[in-house]
Amino acid sequence: MMNYFKMAYRNLGRHRRRSILSGLALAMGTALLMFIAAFFQGEMRSSMETTLRLNSGHIQVQDADYDPDKLSVAWEYLIENPEQVAAQIEAIDQVRAATPRLFASGIVSALDESIGVQIMGIVPDSSANDPYRQLVSGEFITADDREGIVIGYPLAESLGLKVGDQLNLLVNTSEGNVDEQKFAVRGIFSTGTTAYDKGIVLLPLAKAQAFSGAGNHASIIFILLKDREQADVVAAAIQGSGYQVKTWTELNELLVLVNDFSNAYLMIINLIILGVTATVIVNTLLMSVFERTREIGILSAIGMKGRQVVTLFLAEASLLASGGITFGSLIGWALSAYFGKVGVYFGDLGISNDMLLQDRIYTYLTLESAVNLIITAFIITVLASLYPARMASRMEPVEALHGN
Amino acid sequence: MEVAKLTDVTRVYKIGEVETRALNGVSLTIGNGEFTSLVGPSGSGKTTLLQLIGCLDQPTSGKVVIDGKETTNLNRNQRADLRKGTIGFVFQFFALIPTLTAYENAEMPLLLNGKNAAERKQRVMELLKAVDMTDRAHHRPDQLSGGQQQRVAVARALATNPKLILADEPTANLDTENGEQVMEIMKKLNKETGTTFVFATHDPRVIKYATRVVTLQDGLITNNGKASAK
Repeated sequence: MMNYFKMAYRNLGRHRRRSILSGLALAMGTALLMFIAAFFQGEMRSSMETTLRLNSGHIQVQDADYDPDKLSVAWEYLIENPEQVAAQIEAIDQVRAATPRLFASGIVSALDESIGVQIMGIVPDSSANDPYRQLVSGEFITADDREGIVIGYPLAESLGLKVGDQLNLLVNTSEGNVDEQKFAVRGIFSTGTTAYDKGIVLLPLAKAQAFSGAGNHASIIFILLKDREQADVVAAAIQGSGYQVKTWTELNELLVLVNDFSNAYLMIINLIILGVTATVIVNTLLMSVFERTREIGILSAIGMKGRQVVTLFLAEASLLASGGITFGSLIGWALSAYFGKVGVYFGDLGISNDMLLQDRIYTYLTLESAVNLIITAFIITVLASLYPARMASRMEPVEALHGN
Repeated sequence: MEVAKLTDVTRVYKIGEVETRALNGVSLTIGNGEFTSLVGPSGSGKTTLLQLIGCLDQPTSGKVVIDGKETTNLNRNQRADLRKGTIGFVFQFFALIPTLTAYENAEMPLLLNGKNAAERKQRVMELLKAVDMTDRAHHRPDQLSGGQQQRVAVARALATNPKLILADEPTANLDTENGEQVMEIMKKLNKETGTTFVFATHDPRVIKYATRVVTLQDGLITNNGKASAK
């Protein structure tokens, strides 16, 4: 077998520039695919983490009649004694944090600008609120703060607000009225997701309940687990009458669907790009077959069988593939590692809360996907080269000897 | 004892609607140890006959027996196997693999025959010595003269100790001195090893070495020749 590779290596060396260009085409294809795979995985990972961390949590407990799209604070849609319910849930081993959240719709205005927002009443001390503690300026609200508010950086930018400034907040109350109060901006946070940060303001739960007339109620119990794969088990443990318990897969159907399909998208992209690069390799080998017709005839005349001719050409394809794919993998890995650190900035993509994305996507390449890609690229290249290899092996020696 | 026996062999080439009868009912027996020339004008069927004896091609009709084996119904791989062990070739053009050295070219048939490295090395060195190419063993074909390349081709043809060596115009591209050298080497090997040589040629320098001259014209053998001691 070594002799086939030795011959193959020398044959590739005959037209060094052509071989290098073919190898480079494969290298560029592999590098591009590896980067695309890393980008896709980074995007999906970011979207999943961001959506779960900010929006859905791993599990939510809601009133049986609660509709998250309406943001109603009418008592019949809310959970009563939410802090007590959250404390009971937090006692479960697999639960990392359980905290009540009250959602209401409101309008923030400052100077002559007004923007519609979602008001979120939170228990400030809960670790589930850590993403909002990444403050650009100021400090986080405390549970007994009756006049303080925390807003996102893009909202502050839009309204020209800074820490210490006053804003006017309107809220739709539980009785269907509108109430209004001035709040002082205590802190400005940034979760890294502009689309989310520009549409939400945070109040202490007690203040939000009082302001909206929700009484001792909350919209949901937001639950984070130590391991999200335990969601079904924990959800089964906290089923109670009058409540609905939803896991992150039920809360994020679109995201789960996109995640499941992302592998299929990636496979299609892989096949298209590898198909193109494999064509370059096939073309190189076909030229080689035509140029070496007489040589194939000589080898055949001295007793080389068809399968040995196939092996010789497959050895050439394997060498080209190995060189190109190795080089391409190094480039792809380097690109993925670099953009995994600095990220690719996209800014506000305007994506809904169903599928949140950070403004900067960090590429993420798993060993498994890199290995899969390398193996796929190698197999496709070698399979594609079967065509010229078989063409060479089927030449009749007497005809091949009279070739060029 | 015969090495090759052709009985009533016809070879017709068809290109489009046109049929060309290259051989027309030829019968020929090549005995062991012969040094035979196939002579005749261009288009007389010399090369076709050589290709049929060498199992590079198959007859349209008739029977070809090589080393006691009927070859007419052998498939491509079986014919390759027969060539590998029984027949060596020397072609008119210097048919070496350009990426391999003289040593590696001579070694190729031994590789295809599955010989181990030690056996290969010993045999190749013997052969290169026999064709006086030891000092050029590690040169590639483009670093060798035409005569040197043809001597390497002879060494390669002899590598597996074949019973039969077929040479198609072996001196056609060589000057007189190199042509003589190549023929001298082949004649010497014929005498020393008893290997049978069959040449297709119209070069008088080759014919003068032959112990038998078979003449072809228009696809027919017009003179079967008789083996003589030279």
